[in-house]
Amino acid sequence: MISIPESVEDAIVNLLRLANTKLPEDVGWALEAAASWETNEIAYSQLGGIMDNVKKAEFMGRPMCQDTGVPVFYVSGKFDASIEKSIRNGVRRATSEIPLRPNTVHPLTRENPGDNLGDGMPVIHYTPTDDDHTEITVLPKGAGAENMTKLVMLNPADGTAGVKKFIISTVLEAGGRPCPPTVVGVGIGGTSDMCVKMAKEALLRPTDHVNTNDDERKLEEELFTILNASGLGPMGLGGDSTVLRVHIKTAYCHTASLPVAVNLNCWAARRATVRIMKDGTSRYGQW
Amino acid sequence: MITIHSPADERTVRNLELGQVVHIDGTIITGRDEMHMRALSSKNVPKELNFATLFHCGPIMIRDGKEWKAIAAGPTTSARMDTMEAEMIERFKIRIIIGKGGMSDDVLKAMKDNGCVYLAAIGGAAVSLAECLRCTGIEWEELGMAEAMWKFTAKQFGPLVVAMDAHGNSLYKNVGSKVNRTIKDHS
Ligand code: SF4
Repeated sequence: MISIPESVEDAIVNLLRLANTKLPEDVGWALEAAASWETNEIAYSQLGGIMDNVKKAEFMGRPMCQDTGVPVFYVSGKFDASIEKSIRNGVRRATSEIPLRPNTVHPLTRENPGDNLGDGMPVIHYTPTDDDHTEITVLPKGAGAENMTKLVMLNPADGTAGVKKFIISTVLEAGGRPCPPTVVGVGIGGTSDMCVKMAKEALLRPTDHVNTNDDERKLEEELFTILNASGLGPMGLGGDSTVLRVHIKTAYCHTASLPVAVNLNCWAARRATVRIMKDGTSRYGQW
Repeated sequence: MITIHSPADERTVRNLELGQVVHIDGTIITGRDEMHMRALSSKNVPKELNFATLFHCGPIMIRDGKEWKAIAAGPTTSARMDTMEAEMIERFKIRIIIGKGGMSDDVLKAMKDNGCVYLAAIGGAAVSLAECLRCTGIEWEELGMAEAMWKFTAKQFGPLVVAMDAHGNSLYKNVGSKVNRTIKDHS
């Protein structure tokens, strides 16, 4: 394949198109797996409807969900301050070209600029590294799942049992609102802001990611089993597939603290990455 | 397969049972938070609100020549409209609500008292659902694409699951009592 150098702005438009129209393969497989163990008839048909929709969206090049969310960007590698302007321009163009639903509003007046921009929007996280390429990942976050986010500052004495209890009740009390089966992002530790940030970053992991920390992996597996045995099911209508995956990210915290955050992704767990090389050519993927 | 013609009459919706899968032919209007607020605070409302099939949805629409076309139209979280829906049902005799995630006990009671059902659409199945809709107009356009009231003619719109019926039963409640056991087991 010949790659022609393109601007960051163009790359952002392409990136948003890819993320919104094509579900990452690993999420597709996770949905297939869920359908294979589902015993509830309604649930099975919901999963079938979801997969049908995913195929149509990809084939027709349309956003798979009308809530194209607010895009959260993760920029890493080599970049300078001008990248923010390019990303903003890319979001504005993508909104009219793909199109995306204009979702951003002023929090109090609810005034909508119509271009998915505004103070603080889009959200961009930066991590400079010594690489000579730039990597930009986008996580379009729909409100159904995002509105179910919870942070708690537990007492250290609450321990792992307290952590589990909080995660289980957060996911299950959300019911059908975040469009289950969901991907559950969990942050444990850090400061309050970092904890929520980790919970969201956990959603960037593919569903077949293997946690290298044994304790965390066991906890992920245990939660996965408990949540799927709960009976909540796709769209909260009952069934065996409530979550596609639980991802846990941890960080050290104050000896007097035990922060835990849960950030959910709906079944439409969209994400895409572009790597822009030194020569201006780019490579897209959903790794 | 059950097809409901919209606007539906009270008898039709009272006959629906939990867990049934249905499709809709006929008129559908959309409404989210802002549309509900506007409908309840206005003296003059579009006539389509009466006996409506109300779809909790903020679609992505494009201009196709002179016409509007829905390219993605899945359900939004219905619970956000919980505090306003009972009054909507009473005032406009809404017969069918389509959404995701279900609604509160107050709404369930208003549905029982007035003859209305709640149908669950597949959350996020926006392309499939949009394919069943033809746009016939827009009201309160100034509320923006997501919040305006869109008017559609639907053909085999679905699949939709009868999740709250017109007799006070709710699939969400049935599922919820099982789910609560898991929450309790770990608290
Ligand atoms: S929660 Fe996800 S799938 Fe459901 S409507 Fe929102 S963005 Fe779409």
